[in-house]
Amino acid sequence: MTEQSRHREDIEAGDLFADVPPPPPPDYLRDGRGIRSWLLTTDHKRIALMFYAVIVAMLALGGIFALLLRTELLTPDQTIMTAPVYNRMFTLHGVTMVFLFMIPSIPATFGNFVLPIMLGAKDLAFPRLNLASFYVYLLGTGVTLAAMVWGGVDTGWTFYPPYSTSTESSVFPVVVGIFIVGVSSMMTAINFIVTTHTLRAKGMNWFRLPLFVWAMYATSVIILLATPVIGLSLGLVGADRLYHFGIFDARFGGDPVLFQHLFWFYSHPAVYIMILPAMGVISELVSTFSRKPPSSYDAIAMSSLGIAFVGFFGWGHHMFVAGMSELDAGIFGGLSMFVAIFSAIKVFTWTATLYRGRVAFNTPMLYFFWFLFLFTFGGMTGVAVATQSLDVHWHDTYFVVAHFHFIMVGGTITAFLGAAHYWFPKMFGRLYSERMGLLTSVSVFFGFLFTFVPQFLLGNAGMPRRYYSYPARFQWLNVVSTGGAYLLAGALLLTLINLLCALKWGRRAGPNPWGSHGYEWMTRAIPIKHNFETPPVITRGPYDYHLPEEMPHVDPQAR
Amino acid sequence: MNELLRRLLFLPPQASTLARDIDGLHYFVIISTMLGALLVTVVGGWFLIRYRRAYVDAHPDEYDVQARPPLWMKIAAVGSLFLLFVIWWSIGIRQYLELRVAPEGALEIYVTAKQWMWKFAYPGAARTISVLYVPAGRPVKLILTSRDVIHSFYVPDFRIKQDAIPGRYTTEWFEARSPGVYEVLCTEYCGTGHSMMRGRVVALDPGDFDRWLGGADLETPLAELPPQQYDPPWVVGQTARAPEVDPVVIGERVAETQGCVRCHSIDGTPHIGPTWAGLWGSVVPLASGDTVIADGAYLTESIMDPMAKLHRGFPPLMPSYLGKIRPAEVAAILAFIQSLRDVEAQPAPPPATRDGGAP
Repeated sequence: MTEQSRHREDIEAGDLFADVPPPPPPDYLRDGRGIRSWLLTTDHKRIALMFYAVIVAMLALGGIFALLLRTELLTPDQTIMTAPVYNRMFTLHGVTMVFLFMIPSIPATFGNFVLPIMLGAKDLAFPRLNLASFYVYLLGTGVTLAAMVWGGVDTGWTFYPPYSTSTESSVFPVVVGIFIVGVSSMMTAINFIVTTHTLRAKGMNWFRLPLFVWAMYATSVIILLATPVIGLSLGLVGADRLYHFGIFDARFGGDPVLFQHLFWFYSHPAVYIMILPAMGVISELVSTFSRKPPSSYDAIAMSSLGIAFVGFFGWGHHMFVAGMSELDAGIFGGLSMFVAIFSAIKVFTWTATLYRGRVAFNTPMLYFFWFLFLFTFGGMTGVAVATQSLDVHWHDTYFVVAHFHFIMVGGTITAFLGAAHYWFPKMFGRLYSERMGLLTSVSVFFGFLFTFVPQFLLGNAGMPRRYYSYPARFQWLNVVSTGGAYLLAGALLLTLINLLCALKWGRRAGPNPWGSHGYEWMTRAIPIKHNFETPPVITRGPYDYHLPEEMPHVDPQAR
Repeated sequence: MNELLRRLLFLPPQASTLARDIDGLHYFVIISTMLGALLVTVVGGWFLIRYRRAYVDAHPDEYDVQARPPLWMKIAAVGSLFLLFVIWWSIGIRQYLELRVAPEGALEIYVTAKQWMWKFAYPGAARTISVLYVPAGRPVKLILTSRDVIHSFYVPDFRIKQDAIPGRYTTEWFEARSPGVYEVLCTEYCGTGHSMMRGRVVALDPGDFDRWLGGADLETPLAELPPQQYDPPWVVGQTARAPEVDPVVIGERVAETQGCVRCHSIDGTPHIGPTWAGLWGSVVPLASGDTVIADGAYLTESIMDPMAKLHRGFPPLMPSYLGKIRPAEVAAILAFIQSLRDVEAQPAPPPATRDGGAP
């Protein structure tokens, strides 16, 4: 029943006060007060904010571990910790960053927040499942961290047997914790897929979906197909430890390399789970701030699906020196390179989108610019390590460490920060300080370069990863890298402070401070609990910048 | 040019025959990566400046919401990238084949990794730990396995790396271009001592190597190396006796002198202890009710601590040989037992223990 018809009925019923419009519903931040209204909410936006808080805490935690590691590596021998502590520390860093921060980061926060709004839906298809996914994530995080802090695990985040089945440290509870976190990701993925299929607003066909939604959709498909495999493989490691099945233990006729196949069958697509949402964010940023549609919508949308599909067939490049046959190495190398073509299509499309645009230069756009460089360089070094003969030298050295940090930190965290600034007004109704934003963004970039460029050179020189002590000739590059890590950490801290200050003192933002044509900006400044007062009808695409600037037409209350 | 790029990229010296070719591809790949990233960044940065909002608002005809690159440009960009990757791939896979397939007649050396050291077994009976002696200018094929967890044998100067995997044999090969000392690093995380699991490859002049392998004066070839890099191959001095080169022969002799064969038959007849015939690789029932595969680890343990995993049906009589037998002798005995794996064991069941024992 629409507002007008109810109004007419009220008048016909003789209610004289009915022509006074009802007060607009409060925004989602004020719709319900008290801790209970947050902890038991089914509002996707509130759940997103709860995820946001925990995930930022995980990033901080993983960052502290990284700083401790880098500090230890200042000198060739012991600096601040012993070898067993160091080995536990890099496992903590890897597990926290990969499973607790990176994989849920953009989907669970920004995906959760904007995906239903972008689709013109009131909420996700299964709001209670969404809330459950948060608590399952908390449970998994709690179990994982508790096990790692009290028991300690020293296997590295890859859990390679037979080391992981024979080490004294408490692998089993950590594996259980990661399994639980995986279940949470799958809950979110199912929710996103079902929502995208069933809750699109009237008039929104598949090619009017914002590109961020395409990216989330592709990510969800990978999560759904790949996560069970990692769950089962880690489960088998746990079972091997407890019951000595010997699945991965050569003494009982098992095969340690089998685990590597199972592990990377998940974990290589997981790399795309980490980067695809970032690509979705970048697509939105570029279009909004250059006031142009992406130079090819289809190319970006379809390359997301291409990455999701072909990404499943490249895992073997992690095993070029593990006794893989030459034929396999040829096939896996070729397929891995093929994935990069899809990423390159995206990079070309983003760059071409700027051409003859009206480009606004601000913090999210600066992050886009860093992303462009870091992702291209990191991605091409990925193709470099898929080149078989070169990988023999680079495998398991700091070159690989630098490569995947370029993708994960340079790509995903840069996009995460871009998204944090871009959607900040929609989430909290305020604007951050642009000057501080630009300053912190520049420092993040230089901190990053100083941290990871030396690591490429260390890898070339032959320094293996996971080295507690190293030959003295590697020292000065390690010192530069550690200095960069401190700069990066300081810049990230300042970014957080800048955004926290904006929460309280930031200028109030209108419904659409960036002048975007994206659907999520057509709500009120801060969306109400169910996003829209009336179900929106979509009559144009999300990037139709050739149409004149319009009022947020799906939200009559925002006039 | 090669030397300049090598130093710019911090690559180690090119000490193997293949290193230089691989570095050639390395330069090509890294330079095209840098150029590609730079190109995208410069073009993107130029657009950011050229079409900045303040400028475009003053020149409205610069703004074209529908502007997109022509089709040929898209095809050219993606096509040239594809071509680039195909070139990388085709050079990379050819070099990979060269790296993986050892030439005929390569000197074979067995490498056993364990936490946290490398052990090398040469043709003949020579054994070394942590220091691998090879002849320069001759291809050397390493056959690797591991006794515990996965390790990886990496020589940066040779650009070679291969995982050593328990239960599998993997190979890698190299040919050192000139005599010298090269660092060995473990590159598969293997626990607390991972970063200290280092070793050295000492490439000797081929003539010196043959003399060394034959047990000749060890000081001669190594004295030419810089003194701080010289490490005497002490393990070799214990075992490398010129006439006895076959570890099986040595093992048989050790088994006689140590008295093993007084209880263990080698022709399969039942005796006081389990026969060695067909023992290697078989499933051994234990007194505890478990079973174990009779591999090197189990047999070594049983020599050192016979009661730890007692063979079911045999009396607990065997003394421990801990401290009475040298590692090289254990290895020789294992080689001897291994040589008996195809000898048929007698079908007669072993005599039951007098006290009934565990079933």
